[in-house]
Amino acid sequence: MTPYIVLSAVLFVIGATTVLVRRGAIVAFMGIELMLNAANLAFVAFARQNGDLNGQVIAFFVMVVAAAEVVVGLAIIVSLFRARRTVSVDDENLLRH
Amino acid sequence: MIAPAVAWSMIAPIVIVLGAGVVSVLVEAFVPAKARRIVQLMLAVTAIAGAGIWAMVLAVSRAGTGESAFAGHLLIDPLALFVQVAVAASALVAVFVIADRTADGEDAFTPQAAAAPGSAAEDKARAAGLVQTEVFPLVLFATGGMLAFPAAGDLLTMFVALEVVSLPLYLLTGLARRRRLLSQEASFKYFILGAFASAFFLFGTAWVYGAAGTVNFTDLIYEVTGGDPRLDPLLYAGLAMVVVGLAFKVGAAPFHMWTPDVYQGAPTPVTGFMAACTKIAAFGALVRIVYTVVAPLQWDIGPALWTVTILTMIVGTTVALTQTDVVRMLAYSAIAHAGFVLTGVVSFSSLGISGALFYLFTYGLTTVGAFGVVTLVRARDAQGNIGGEARTLERWRGLGRTSPVLASAMTLFVLAFAGIPLTGGFVGKFAVFAAAFGADAAPLAIVGIACSAVAAFAYVRLIVAMFFAEPTELSAVGVKTEGLTGVAIAISAIATVVLGVWPTPVLDFADKAALLLP
Repeated sequence: MTPYIVLSAVLFVIGATTVLVRRGAIVAFMGIELMLNAANLAFVAFARQNGDLNGQVIAFFVMVVAAAEVVVGLAIIVSLFRARRTVSVDDENLLRH
Repeated sequence: MIAPAVAWSMIAPIVIVLGAGVVSVLVEAFVPAKARRIVQLMLAVTAIAGAGIWAMVLAVSRAGTGESAFAGHLLIDPLALFVQVAVAASALVAVFVIADRTADGEDAFTPQAAAAPGSAAEDKARAAGLVQTEVFPLVLFATGGMLAFPAAGDLLTMFVALEVVSLPLYLLTGLARRRRLLSQEASFKYFILGAFASAFFLFGTAWVYGAAGTVNFTDLIYEVTGGDPRLDPLLYAGLAMVVVGLAFKVGAAPFHMWTPDVYQGAPTPVTGFMAACTKIAAFGALVRIVYTVVAPLQWDIGPALWTVTILTMIVGTTVALTQTDVVRMLAYSAIAHAGFVLTGVVSFSSLGISGALFYLFTYGLTTVGAFGVVTLVRARDAQGNIGGEARTLERWRGLGRTSPVLASAMTLFVLAFAGIPLTGGFVGKFAVFAAAFGADAAPLAIVGIACSAVAAFAYVRLIVAMFFAEPTELSAVGVKTEGLTGVAIAISAIATVVLGVWPTPVLDFADKAALLLP
């Protein structure tokens, strides 16, 4: 099972890096989804390794939560875009002091 | 397969508030626009007050015992009940501030969130007098999540509760009536950083599950104490990531970056709500994790927690000194307060828990009151028209002359933040620092006392501006409203004084709450 767990850690790091480095709001948002799905992969891999079904059930819960998060996140990004015609994170600087 | 038994009476506070949230969505759909606001307000107040009273009755009648209410997924123990009462009390007062309108019917929220700022659609919505009453269901859902958060019996329930708290708050942050671009930007920042922290929490949970084979706290304790945890870096790393996720929610340094921006951009009533209630609920969850799962590892994880605590106090205090915006000043002071509460949490003693819980109770009520005052202090243009909130310190000059009652209330609140005797803030600080001294965490208490002394300068600066400076033509004035904010400020002020003069009942309640189920 170790390869899957390593893969999930790699995906998590890629997702986290995307959030921290990339400038587009949508891409940063994709990074967060990647992090959540990396966690899902880890849950399922560990469930298999532990011989326990709970991890797979948890993955379903996480999918539902991630879907709700997409709804809220896209609503916020769309309203930002309508106001400014751009979703670059660099342009969001009204709050910088 | 047998369905698990559900102790409905134990989880009633959570069910009431979440159920009221669902009803509240239906109200949006079926009640005519004119009656909507008052129906929503009644529903929210009834549900939150009912949940708080129910939790209090449970806490009194079951006196120090707890019960697993949902096959181990929810633990209704004295800690959970205390936090639920504290959240309900602060949320109830915050709902008054959220619902209030000025004399000409303007609330703090945009008339139509879907209309782009500055567009024709927005002008039309404003002219039509639309009201975004969806605020109430969002507040109810967030409050429901906050009631479930400290009662979570496993890491999955805690994650779901965390998201139920956070998602409505991300939206509420973006709904300000004025400075909408700022508000939307704050909403976006909060969303990205909040989701980032949740992802850390979740990935940490995955590793804990991998190392221990369970996410249930009761079972985890056996794994942590029974096996040799030293051999399992996976468990350590997982727990550390879980704690990082929660530290973000309570606003502890170095995970505090979002706090000032979000507090500043969000509609001020929402800021008060989240500053008070999110902090109480997240600390309830943090106490549960730290005292059940992390406590056996305290000699290994302790130093990291100490560092976070000291850093939080110092960063919050020093940066608060340099702020010229009242809301940002309160935001950094909120970070410092998170550090003071952490002092109680990190001292690993039952006195530490009860001190931290009392601190949160009084801090929550005081905070809602302080932000309530900020909503009423408004800018005034040359013609004397009253506009948006005046938040710069410069504009608060002379408020003591023009609105003595508001200025006095604000003085009381910031004195409580500073920890002056005869306010609830003093008793709270005394409780956490005494617990730290008693539990070999004296360095934390010393840093905390030093930081409180330094932080007092920031608060004194505000008091001096209000009372010892002449008002200028730029100075802000208190605005007349329908009176709900006044009620909220009065409740907060009375609570702040009563908790300072006669803290015994709540202290006793907090002492009994320092008992965790698993």
